[in-house]
Amino acid sequence: MDIHEYQAKELLTKFGVSIAPGGLAYSPEQAVYRAKEIGGNKWVVKAQIHSGARGKAGGVKVCTTEEEVLAAATEMLGKTLVTHQTGPQGKVVYRLYVEEGADIEREIYLALVLDRVKQRVAMVVSSEGGMDIEEVAEKNPEAIIRTEIEPQVGLTDFQAREIAFKLNLPTSLITQAVKTFKGAYRSFRELDATMVEINPLVVTADGHIRALDAKMAFDSNALFRRPQIAELRDKSQEDPRETAASDYGLSYVGLDGDIGCMINGAGLAMASLDMIKHKGGEPANFLDIGGGASPERVAKAFELVLADEGVKAFLVNIFAGINRCDWIAEGIVQAFKQVEVKVPLVVRLSGTNVEQGQKIIDESGLPIISAYTLAEAAEKAVEARNKAVGA
Amino acid sequence: MTVLLDEKTKVIVQGFTGKIGTFHAGEMMNYGTNLVGGVTPGKGGQEHLGKPVFNTVKEAVQEAGAEASIIFVPAAFAADSIMEAADAGIKYCVAISDGIPAQDMMTVKRYMYRYKKEERMVLTGPNCAGTISPGKAMLGIMPDHIYMEGNVGVVGRSGTLGYEAASQMKERGIGITTSVGIGGDPINGSSHRDILEHFENDPDTKAVMMIGEIGGPQEAEAAEYFKNHMTKPLVAYIAGLTAPKGRRMGHAGAIVSGVGESAAEKVALLEAAGVVVAPTPSDLGSTMEKVLKDL
Repeated sequence: MDIHEYQAKELLTKFGVSIAPGGLAYSPEQAVYRAKEIGGNKWVVKAQIHSGARGKAGGVKVCTTEEEVLAAATEMLGKTLVTHQTGPQGKVVYRLYVEEGADIEREIYLALVLDRVKQRVAMVVSSEGGMDIEEVAEKNPEAIIRTEIEPQVGLTDFQAREIAFKLNLPTSLITQAVKTFKGAYRSFRELDATMVEINPLVVTADGHIRALDAKMAFDSNALFRRPQIAELRDKSQEDPRETAASDYGLSYVGLDGDIGCMINGAGLAMASLDMIKHKGGEPANFLDIGGGASPERVAKAFELVLADEGVKAFLVNIFAGINRCDWIAEGIVQAFKQVEVKVPLVVRLSGTNVEQGQKIIDESGLPIISAYTLAEAAEKAVEARNKAVGA
Repeated sequence: MTVLLDEKTKVIVQGFTGKIGTFHAGEMMNYGTNLVGGVTPGKGGQEHLGKPVFNTVKEAVQEAGAEASIIFVPAAFAADSIMEAADAGIKYCVAISDGIPAQDMMTVKRYMYRYKKEERMVLTGPNCAGTISPGKAMLGIMPDHIYMEGNVGVVGRSGTLGYEAASQMKERGIGITTSVGIGGDPINGSSHRDILEHFENDPDTKAVMMIGEIGGPQEAEAAEYFKNHMTKPLVAYIAGLTAPKGRRMGHAGAIVSGVGESAAEKVALLEAAGVVVAPTPSDLGSTMEKVLKDL
């Protein structure tokens, strides 16, 4: 689960990471009020969307007068920002964060990630702040300082000092740096984060270390024990189809093609999407209905897939283990009664009780195209799609 | 021979008396798995499905000689159950539970390092369909009838895609020594590489099929292991060629977040190491058939 910059900053301050004074605004007038509250003569107005690279998309403006703050806020609110992380549909700006402008002396990159090789948390720091870390990794890998953290001990003082000295920070800043690094790690560990990124972490002209931007993502498997994080969820930043799916315990990812899919199991779902592509089609979505799919869940999944008006054909591929093909088949027959199925439907059933399931489909009298193998199912779905669009 | 599990292995179920544990314990016994009991804290001394219930794994080991365990405990408590099994001297543990927090698994892995390698429990999963040695024993939730006894070892992240592989092979008369699910989580008990090593050392396994997916380093590690240590042929498939970067595809671990994590990059690495990669997921059986013919 992702959260906004201002939420991440609020969390980080609780762990001893410094940020600039700032406040949230839902209207241009409120943005001006925030600027007055902060004082001074330099502010940054920042669009709050779940994406990085907002600056390039016009989501970050430095202002030196209240009029500029008003203009920037008016421009940004309600606007759809498109970055390389949002996809072409972009994300709508409903909230702004107004922050005191900083006199920056140095920019540093700081991130904490789950290292899947070492199976622990790693801190990644680079002297090239403000830049995309993958770009740095490619062009200037020596600039990256990577520190593995022992989970039972945490980031130690000496590890934090080592990082600070490698960054060539002046002696006067070492204590602040250690506090910042250790705090960032503790926020990761204690809040069940999967990613913390402070880019840039800056050294200001008056000798402060501050998080200028902050991004955090959290382990959705751990939200049950982090209610304070769960409540930071902002559904306006999510694909509404994915939100609806997650409310029903279905795993859905919207894609750009026009063949809708309903499959059980994440691996088989990915493989079926690959198969569609191999046969010359483009999948409209990833949808894993999981184990123990009841007829209600099947009907809900149908509703979700078919709510996408771009869908021109629909492929159902079930390899029943815990699921049973007869339950799935009954679910499909029921779904036909509840949801208007206007596109051709290809169904492939396999595994537990496949004969009974196939019999239900065959005797239903419904316009269902049956397939018996994965390849055949994908081929028939692509054929049906081509026929539907007259290709 | 099989790896990790055979008809003699004494198995217990953790989360024995719950609805899911009860159902699958019954299925496993029907298949011929040597189930010697189960653990549900607070229900020790009772009998369930004709087998003894214990309060702790230690008691199950001492009194019933348990060697392997399968975990159906809810995700919030599953990490603790895995550590309990490791501490009690269980040799092989399959964690079926889905949704264990990643940091809990980090703790589990560190905890297991307390034991010397030769004494350390082997863990597969979590978030997997389990392990089956066809014709001998099942420690999982798979539809057993699609598995045929034979000479191919199977290791994979995904349950249902593993079923697809097993049934494509069965259609061609190709059987399996053992099929091991390692699960779809970012931090798991055993990697592809760990399981490949078991198959390499098993005299009855003639070839291996590995079913990987996007995300994480484990397919690359497997490619490296294959190149340097494996004498048996390896057929692989990587799911998620169409998966967009940065999107989690169902499994908690199936996300392309960095260099080397996409399906295309993994396929290139595997091919460079000499692994035979099935071009599509419907070619799993036929690719293995060709490889076996050339043996």
